[in-house]
Amino acid sequence: MTVDKNMNILIVDDYKTMLRIIKNLLSQLGFKNVDEATDGKMALDLMRNKKYGLVISDWNMEPMTGLELLKTVRSSNDNHKAVPFIMVTAESKTENVIAAKEAGVNNYIVKPFNAETLKMKMTSVLGEF
Amino acid sequence: MADNPGYHKEQVVGIINTVISKLSRSEGDVRSIFFSELSKLKQVIEDARNEIKAVRPGDIKDKHLPMVTDELDAVVLATEEATGTIMDSCEVVQGELKNMPPEVSAKVEAAITKVFEACSFQDITGQRITKVVRTLKHIDEKVTTLLAVLGARLPDSGALEAVKKPITDADLLNGPQLPGKGVTQDDIDKILAEFDGK
Repeated sequence: MTVDKNMNILIVDDYKTMLRIIKNLLSQLGFKNVDEATDGKMALDLMRNKKYGLVISDWNMEPMTGLELLKTVRSSNDNHKAVPFIMVTAESKTENVIAAKEAGVNNYIVKPFNAETLKMKMTSVLGEF
Repeated sequence: MADNPGYHKEQVVGIINTVISKLSRSEGDVRSIFFSELSKLKQVIEDARNEIKAVRPGDIKDKHLPMVTDELDAVVLATEEATGTIMDSCEVVQGELKNMPPEVSAKVEAAITKVFEACSFQDITGQRITKVVRTLKHIDEKVTTLLAVLGARLPDSGALEAVKKPITDADLLNGPQLPGKGVTQDDIDKILAEFDGK
């Protein structure tokens, strides 16, 4: 499977620093079309108007958490229902990982993480690039 | 007074009044033993009240807890600003990568990636501090309940503040001040200049 590096990627995090870090790391991996959202609700608004090839989301956000965003996406009837979804979070308890998996997450990255981990998880979800 | 899940002051007073009323109708040794025990109980309650007073719970709620949460908020803000500055500088260097020899630019780019990865500490720090602030707010609620139960029988922090103690060297160790709370470098220069002018 060939990964289209021009695909749109949506990153969701309430910490602007984190958005900037992930965007920079994605840019170094060759992905330049990256949109940002600071909470789940804003992410849903963006997803209604644009097709994304990948969503990378934090968990701990208000008013809508990353888990709620994931559940909403997976239960919707829109064309983004099956969008690949990676959770990037400091929540590292087993029950969190299980809840995310049950909600339909494709992969799970625990903060702090490095570029290599991000690339590895993206490869496991999207294929080699 | 806030709701207390255990009992109310009025209930305690009611119980004591009932006991006293019954005792007044009893006689001899039994009566004197009960009075003696009640006096001891009263003393225990007074001692407990004095100990709580010494802890100055009003200060915890009105002064210490707000100060700690403000300081923690300042930590988050300062680390966020510093992280932003670090990333700004990294992006300037990234912009120059194309002007570097390939073998150099590869090394510089790898180093910048490491810096970006390390900057994620700010997010983790923020989340940990948020957890601490949440715990402090919980303590604040408990102290508020305690103060409500004790009612007006404890002096407020303002009343105690009126008796000012002399400032010691230890009192001067206040650490960094929150934005807008301390004096600026310009203010310091002016103060020093005034001393020199004397």
